[in-house]
Amino acid sequence: MANSSTRRSRPVRTLVIFAVLTMLLPFAGLAAGTYLDGRSDDNPDGASYAPGLALDLQGGTQIILTPTTTDGSQVTSENLNEAINVIRQRIDSSGVSEAEIASQGGGNIVVGIPGRPSQATIDLVSTAAQMRFRPVLTYAQGIPMPEPSAEDGTAPEDGTAPEGGTAPEEEAGPAEEAPAEEAPAEEAPADGATQDVPEGTSPGGRSAAGPVPAPAVAAGLPADTATPSPTAPAEDAAPPADPSDMAQITPEVQAQFEALDCTDQENLVGGGGDDPNSVLVTCSQDGTTKFVLGPVEVEGTHIRNATSGLMPGPNGVTTNEWGVSLELDSTGARQFAQTSQRLYSYGQGDPRNQFAIVLDGLVVSAPGINTPINDGRAQITGSFNRDSAATLANQLSFGALPLQFDVQSQQEISATLGSEQLRNGMLAGLIGLVLVVVYSLFQYRALGLLTVASLVVAGIITYVAISLLSWGMGYRLSLPGVAGLIVAIGFTADSFIVYFERIRDELRNGRTLQFAVQRGWQRARRTIYAAKAVNLISAIILYYLAVGGVQGFAFTLGLTTVIDVAVVVWFTHPVMELIAKMRFFRDGHVASGLSRERLTMSAFKPRYVGAGRVAMPEPAATAADVNAEAEGEVPAGEPVDRSVLVGAPPSTPAVPVTDASGRRLTIAERRAAERRAAAQSAGADVPSTDGENEEGR
Amino acid sequence: MARFSFAAWGNDLYTGRRSYPIVAQRKRWFAIVGVLGIASIAILGFKGLELGIDFRGGTEIAVENVSSTEQGPAVQAVQDAVPGEEPRVATLGSSALRIQTTTLTPEQVSEVGRSLAGAYGIDPDEDITVSTVGPTWGSGVSMRALWGVIVFVIAAAAFMAIYFRAWRMSVAGIVSMLSDLLISAGVYALVGWEVTPSTIIGFLTILGFSLYDKMVVFDKVRENAEGVLSQTRNTYAERANLAVNQTLVRSINTSVVALLPVAGILFVGALLLGAGTLRDLSLSLFVGIAVGAASSLFLATPLDVALREREPKIAEHTARVLAARAGAEEDPEVLAAAGAGSVQLTPGQHLGHAAQPRRRRR
Repeated sequence: MANSSTRRSRPVRTLVIFAVLTMLLPFAGLAAGTYLDGRSDDNPDGASYAPGLALDLQGGTQIILTPTTTDGSQVTSENLNEAINVIRQRIDSSGVSEAEIASQGGGNIVVGIPGRPSQATIDLVSTAAQMRFRPVLTYAQGIPMPEPSAEDGTAPEDGTAPEGGTAPEEEAGPAEEAPAEEAPAEEAPADGATQDVPEGTSPGGRSAAGPVPAPAVAAGLPADTATPSPTAPAEDAAPPADPSDMAQITPEVQAQFEALDCTDQENLVGGGGDDPNSVLVTCSQDGTTKFVLGPVEVEGTHIRNATSGLMPGPNGVTTNEWGVSLELDSTGARQFAQTSQRLYSYGQGDPRNQFAIVLDGLVVSAPGINTPINDGRAQITGSFNRDSAATLANQLSFGALPLQFDVQSQQEISATLGSEQLRNGMLAGLIGLVLVVVYSLFQYRALGLLTVASLVVAGIITYVAISLLSWGMGYRLSLPGVAGLIVAIGFTADSFIVYFERIRDELRNGRTLQFAVQRGWQRARRTIYAAKAVNLISAIILYYLAVGGVQGFAFTLGLTTVIDVAVVVWFTHPVMELIAKMRFFRDGHVASGLSRERLTMSAFKPRYVGAGRVAMPEPAATAADVNAEAEGEVPAGEPVDRSVLVGAPPSTPAVPVTDASGRRLTIAERRAAERRAAAQSAGADVPSTDGENEEGR
Repeated sequence: MARFSFAAWGNDLYTGRRSYPIVAQRKRWFAIVGVLGIASIAILGFKGLELGIDFRGGTEIAVENVSSTEQGPAVQAVQDAVPGEEPRVATLGSSALRIQTTTLTPEQVSEVGRSLAGAYGIDPDEDITVSTVGPTWGSGVSMRALWGVIVFVIAAAAFMAIYFRAWRMSVAGIVSMLSDLLISAGVYALVGWEVTPSTIIGFLTILGFSLYDKMVVFDKVRENAEGVLSQTRNTYAERANLAVNQTLVRSINTSVVALLPVAGILFVGALLLGAGTLRDLSLSLFVGIAVGAASSLFLATPLDVALREREPKIAEHTARVLAARAGAEEDPEVLAAAGAGSVQLTPGQHLGHAAQPRRRRR
């Protein structure tokens, strides 16, 4: 029956689509994941039917790190706290795993990671956080050179380096297109530039044979278009005149540079021991390029902030180019201004135009300078994609700590909560769930089954979602998470309760079940959406602002809220529409929970009962009754023998104008009322109004 | 009450046949909340919350070369030396235990060491290492969480103000939510259990639940109060009171459904399992959900009425309604019923095409 809704609802179709999209497909995905990428000891991040458990439930690995400063100073407690924050940030940015991080004995850091973390995770935690900016003197392909080049280190000038596009070339910003295109014509690393363009979507430096990411640095602010400083230091002044001085490349350095083999993994381990005041010969992180770098110009500790995102173009419009925005503190800005002016003066194409971002002794990225940067706000663009930009920003912001960590011990740790406790807790939760089922069956009779079915559906979706998320983003279920899910039963069930109560309200107004479902849904929907929106807002805000356990909590809250809304809209409501057509519910069977007798036995409002007749309600309780009943003395449903209807003709002889429903009385009715009032005041015993006698006339 | 029927009771509440003057008695509820709030502040001030090892750090005892990795004897050993202490024991590797407690004095540590030596058959000098352990939930985490909550409360307040188009309503909601939190914290301090990260998570859940419940109740108030200014039968307060009465059944059902599982965990957890994360969490949740559901009805709505009656439009309307009633010299009982909010008429509207039968498709 396509009744008065303008858009015909198709509950069965909705249900089928819902089942396929939210249950079958994710489950199929999980099954496929388990088959193809199953979780095992070798593959701790793989998929599994059982969701990953957090440290408190499953145990994991405890790593003890000893921090040492790179500059030989004492490790202070501020340093230690800073380091804990950095490590926490790194772990949180790799997923919602709720690691435990604490200081121990005043000097060590204990990191607890759930499950058996991969080597990459351990590296992530213990990577030395030592970031420095050095000027590039020269660079070459990352293999030992067969014949030493005779030049004074500007290797890429001849034909040895450029083949395979290994020599990086800065990709010019939009404003600088012309010089960049000009460069290939006169400079050897030509194909470096051409290669860069097609690779724009992949992190150039990350692919095995690709070039080091050679992004360009553009001025952060459009206003900052200072021309190259005329006072740029002369490059061939007396030795160590400036950090870019080529005289620093002594024969020993040259030999070391030529011998360096960046394909050898040993040279890619890095280490904190580089001397900030001397030349550094090193590899890029991916081993494709080797560099000779000048002394440190800006220490990473001067980085205030680094973020990744789509970069604004010259006119402030966001381009679709990924990049990293960098902000330095005042000292760093001053140092970097000097450096960038000098490097800029070398012009595009000269290796010395680039500066290297050195993390832990290895070059992360070596952008060229497009324009001098005087205010400490730089943008690094080039061959980034979203992930590589985010990685670089992460390394920049958290690499500003002058500490390095030695892994002292790495041990398996058992769950901090006894398994027995978890089991009993689950048992307790189950008992509670059974009670919920009993209660909703008691309250809503057969309709309670719909509540239970909806809860089961929500439970299945949540389970699959959590399993998928623990595969995809390392989500780990902790005990507070489990408790959050149990509380979510309350939130979820509330949607159904609000909905059912609205339907009952409509039935009480005398509507048929189908109309009651339709209208009740329209009204309940608004309430549900508004209330869930608040939950979702809280979840999103807490997820982005908080760390650790609170973040995990927010994630669970957001997940269950979304699932809850989906279930009530696409499961409970369509099923309700369907069962509204079933005779058992439509006719209000006494066990259906929608029994008209139970719902309207004392209904107050007049109800149209067909054939031009309106059923008048029973008389209302008086204020005195109300207060008496408020104390809980008079049972509900007791017929109350008072004759006053609210708004109904008062028993004074005054002529009433409206009846109980507020409808204006006809003249005949008013006359009849007058007559009755007169008779009443004359002492005649007129039976008090009840039932349907009034409107029968 | 043999004949008591919940559905019929719900009917009477819905129709206004039976009505509890919740809004009218708001001074009483405010007084109760005030007393509870002051008591909570007093308890928190004098007794305070006992912060656990996650917040303050403590002592960590590593035991090596143990004969078995049973955790029971370790707990027993610590509790013998320091009654009331709830150590956290975990197995490290295959033959070592990690015991974390709140900060112990050297005497207590050596006593624990002796009991451990007895329990596990180890050499107390060789195999036991004692060190301090810092908080896993340091001030940094707390600050971030606090900021998150502050921003969340502001955002929720803004959302409510926009959704209901009444900033007073949002103030009422936020104030009652914060009072829920205060009272829950007071109860928690009264019980005197240690505050763990789970407790904090529990309190955050309370914030969410409390605000959610207030949204649902307020949405009913909003629905009832729609067009209240364009009629003179009842005041905003009366309509709000009807809304509270009409949502009473929903609120009871929701809180029972939300409380049952939590209560299961709390009672099984506290009575059978002894201490632990579950107990802390379920206590804070149980108190918070009960308080939150009750305050939506007894604090938030009356507070909303008290605030909104100061709104010039509503104040003027209320005065007009009351004046009209006084002028009408109606039966006091009629007035009482109107005061209960039961005479609530919704004006009809012209349905236009919507009233016509629809052509069946297909």
